[in-house]
Amino acid sequence: MTELTRRNTMKLMSAALVAGVSFSSLPRKAFSAGTITVLNWQGYGTDEAWSVKAFTEKTGIAVVHDYYSSESEMLTKLRTNPGAYDLVVLNAARCAQAVAEDLLQPIDFSKVPNAPTVDENLRNNPNFSKDGKGFAVPWVWGMTSLAIREGMTVPDSYAVLADPAYKGRVAMDDDAIINVGVGALMSGQDINDPKDLAAVTAALKSIKPNVKLLWSTEDQWNKSFAAKEFDLSLFWSGGSVRSKRNSKLPVQFVVPKEGGIGWVDGLGIPASAPNAEGALAFANWMIDPAFYVEWATKVGAPASSNSAALAALPVDDLSRQVHKPEYLKTMGIVSAIPDDRREAFNNVWQEVKAFYAQ
Amino acid sequence: MHSNQATSASERGPSGPRSRGALPSWVSAAALLLPTYGWLTLAVFLPLLTMLVFSFMSATPMGKAPIVFTLKQYRAFIDQPYLVGIGVTSLLIGFWTTLFCAILGFLAAVALVRSTFGKTREMLLILILLPFWTNGLVRVFSWTMVLRENGFLDNLLHMIAPDVGSIGFLYTRYAIVVGLVHGYLPYMILTCYIALVAIDDAIMEAAASLGARWWTILFKILVPLAAPGLISGSVLIFIPVIGSFMEPRILGGRVGVTMGTVIEDQFTQAFNWPLGASLSFTLLAVVLAIFATFSGVLRRGTTA
Repeated sequence: MTELTRRNTMKLMSAALVAGVSFSSLPRKAFSAGTITVLNWQGYGTDEAWSVKAFTEKTGIAVVHDYYSSESEMLTKLRTNPGAYDLVVLNAARCAQAVAEDLLQPIDFSKVPNAPTVDENLRNNPNFSKDGKGFAVPWVWGMTSLAIREGMTVPDSYAVLADPAYKGRVAMDDDAIINVGVGALMSGQDINDPKDLAAVTAALKSIKPNVKLLWSTEDQWNKSFAAKEFDLSLFWSGGSVRSKRNSKLPVQFVVPKEGGIGWVDGLGIPASAPNAEGALAFANWMIDPAFYVEWATKVGAPASSNSAALAALPVDDLSRQVHKPEYLKTMGIVSAIPDDRREAFNNVWQEVKAFYAQ
Repeated sequence: MHSNQATSASERGPSGPRSRGALPSWVSAAALLLPTYGWLTLAVFLPLLTMLVFSFMSATPMGKAPIVFTLKQYRAFIDQPYLVGIGVTSLLIGFWTTLFCAILGFLAAVALVRSTFGKTREMLLILILLPFWTNGLVRVFSWTMVLRENGFLDNLLHMIAPDVGSIGFLYTRYAIVVGLVHGYLPYMILTCYIALVAIDDAIMEAAASLGARWWTILFKILVPLAAPGLISGSVLIFIPVIGSFMEPRILGGRVGVTMGTVIEDQFTQAFNWPLGASLSFTLLAVVLAIFATFSGVLRRGTTA
């Protein structure tokens, strides 16, 4: 090892400085043809080195990344840096907001060869489209629904949460949007806009004798489930796969007849994208079965929106068993919610929690 | 308290040594106080002021929503009456935690002061402080292992009596109080220890030689003389406990809803900073009102 002299340290520091400067200037160089700049969370699929390499070898298009650490930061970057990005990963709820602000351009699905097998329910989601035009290629999805201990009766409705058979054996997700959604499904309403919040509150209050705890992290869920503190729970589809695969927990994910409460991330092209063609090619690669199978089996991934890609997974793959395409027919997707409604949802959940605590 | 010191310093100033006839005394007083007050302004006053301003806003001032100044956040306790019940729960949890801390902490401090054999006192002090160095989250999670059904407590019981049912009481208010008492007990031990160590042993010997029993010595001598420690320890514990959110959330399960968790939810999940801030200031006002009510007792206690 070289000694840590002052000269060496200076060399190191200046090298780091040069590297830092050249790296930060990369996104700006991306205007040239044959390069696309992708805006995404770090470490979320698009920036897998092996996949980018394979894509560049196949198409000759170089892929550069820029990252955001919150969804509002992503919108701010789109608003303030026109022409900087070619492809952006956004949640359905945020997509509606971006489309309303004219930040995205319509997708030409004829240039996405994998598009025909993308699930229709996802493609036609109102958050992704406006005036009959699609503004994002649905990419991956997941949902919150019921999870039950293996070997117990598989429930077919959220009404089971209030079933006296599960007295003191139920865990709820400590999340206002999800719980209001469940309350809405229990009282036969739309998860994004329940008109009768009193009915939602009453439905959630009715499960009080069963509620043992409210969980807020996956780790907490795993520990409590392993300690047999509850048998039935609201849980994430991806979380149930991880619990079963990594922690070997006897959990079965169940989507009852009312449907799961879903989320979906899409790939959108900013209105000012310099290389929309290249971006479409990359979006197509992102939903390609070849890419998805490798991502899902080697790294771990949410469910692909492309049913052909999901079907290409090994038959015994847990993620494939949990994310059945037929669930998409009944799944409600969390949409953009106006601030006053979000506040009302939060108040409902606080009131219900206070009632549970009495 | 600070202003008292300041005035006494400036009063002392003219009569103090001024051999070189240099700067007037208020300059040195100001220079000495500046770091303290500068730090207080920066670290306490400005953030609090920001939150106070937030608490009058209609929405969190980030994003594009227009901001209107309003008093509606302070109506939360009227608009959402269930909050009153949560507030009472928080105060009760604070009361019981402080009470148990006072009893246990005082007795532990007495034992600490009385143990004069060799180096036992130092050893005991280290043993009391050692758990305090570990992360609070770790300590709370380890309580979940002890208190849950089929946890350590149950295993221990079943070793003695295999047929009895579970005595695990995780996810109850008792569990919350246990976790909080464990977390805050060292404050009480230390404040009581400092008060007790100053008491002259001769006073107790005199009482004993005049025929006082141990309980007379305890309640007529030790408790009154250690009252400043007990009271400052109680204040130190009561205030953070009623705003605590980690212990109720982890140990309380379904019943773990306190003002602390409601306020935390407003800042994290609901992204409604104004409501969170207004609830915090309402809680602060309630605490100040409680201390104002008992200020007579507190003053008598601390100057005793």
